[in-house]
Amino acid sequence: MTLKKTPLHKSHQKLKARLVDFAGWEMPIQYSGTLPEHLAVRKNAGLFDISHMGEIEVKGSNATTVVQHMTCNNITTLTEGQAQYSALLTHQGTFVDDVIVYKFSKSKYLLCVNASNSDKVFEWIQVNAPKKAEIINRSKDFVQLAIQGPSSQEILQKITPTNLSDLSSYHFRVGKITGHQAIISRTGYTGEKGYELYLSPKSGTPIWESILRIGSEHGLQPIGLAARNTLRLEMKYPLYGNDIDNTTTPFEAGLDWIVKLDQGEFIGRDALLQQKSEGIKRQLVGFELLERGIPRDGYLVYLGDMEISKVTSGSYSPSLGKGIGLTYLPSEHAKIGTEIKIMIRKVAKTARIIATPFYKGLI
Amino acid sequence: MSYPKDLLFSKEHEWVRLEKTVATIGITDFAQNELGDVVFVETRACDEKIDLGEPIASLESVKAVSDVYSPISGILKESNETLLDAPEKINDSPYEDGWIARLEISDAEQLSKLMSAEEYASFVAKESD
Repeated sequence: MTLKKTPLHKSHQKLKARLVDFAGWEMPIQYSGTLPEHLAVRKNAGLFDISHMGEIEVKGSNATTVVQHMTCNNITTLTEGQAQYSALLTHQGTFVDDVIVYKFSKSKYLLCVNASNSDKVFEWIQVNAPKKAEIINRSKDFVQLAIQGPSSQEILQKITPTNLSDLSSYHFRVGKITGHQAIISRTGYTGEKGYELYLSPKSGTPIWESILRIGSEHGLQPIGLAARNTLRLEMKYPLYGNDIDNTTTPFEAGLDWIVKLDQGEFIGRDALLQQKSEGIKRQLVGFELLERGIPRDGYLVYLGDMEISKVTSGSYSPSLGKGIGLTYLPSEHAKIGTEIKIMIRKVAKTARIIATPFYKGLI
Repeated sequence: MSYPKDLLFSKEHEWVRLEKTVATIGITDFAQNELGDVVFVETRACDEKIDLGEPIASLESVKAVSDVYSPISGILKESNETLLDAPEKINDSPYEDGWIARLEISDAEQLSKLMSAEEYASFVAKESD
């Protein structure tokens, strides 16, 4: 099976990016190197091709009812042009996917979903929508780019008439970038100030090139998926398939804040009410490795002599200069300061639960 | 990619610089580029007897961990301790400051099995196809 390519594929090849298979797409894992790319985003700015992500539209007079029912957060307080981090849950209260919901109007919403879950979420909504609505998989209609970093506003402002200084976090506008139609969203997955841009496939390459050209004097670099991962990990932003999946609930993942139990029925609500009354048995925690090494995804975690869990996400943190990771621990042990051991290629190395986010910069 | 002419090369992308009976070993420019930024290096204890093919160091990059295999047999006399605090030397200077281990060689015959700089350059060109 050949890998899918985003419209930016030739641009990545031109930049000599290392391309790998990610969720069935051939994507750039790095350009100049994970460490310099990560640090460039924290210090200046970075440009990401995230066109592999999915976009699903829900339209019609029942759109609000449908999205409210399918997601665990409360969309009824959203204004037009506001976005919200949320999740679609199974009837067991576990994750179908984490999403960003964009409210265009009370009869039009756009859901941005993970690349690996595009088709799954589309089908899930179609099957489970409580009322009739137009549900359209628009993934192929969008190039998605992200520009993230302290200089991102300055760079982007040079190529859009949209006033970015009054576009606040988790809000979006429909505007133009270098004359092309664009949805400009003040959202991101890095912990830095930044924007996610939804563009037509044809305008993807010209806008990518413009941002690279104008951004270069501000230290902007193209950023691959490896650095995208270390950036989000430093912020303890979960990754579906690693930290959250159809066996974990938002309460276990520390995402209580996206669950609104008192805003009416949604799929998974009953299960979550039950879990809440029974008590949450495990928690997703962050740890730092106290010895040299990298606690990679899937490595075993020990509490005393007992194998207790696995590293769900783990890597080297370029900002902290040490190994960091996430894992689920039984709630009674999920406390800051608790020592655990990570089995790194047959050697048990000491780690300690610490407060997250790991990176505490200015957001 | 650079291939210094005074060195010998292995198929596992290690290089050897021989001075009398002491061989200095490291990984090549090609290997460090494939590996990515090295963030941690683990070395072996000195005076250990090393056989051809035995791991003499472990290099961790963000992407992966790679073992460095000794292209020759001998006694490990010295590991480059400066790599513990400055692992990036392997990426920045793979043939000089980024050297990994020094062995007192036990079998000079083994060197004839290694490649010259030219042979290694062709080998890498074929591998990259």
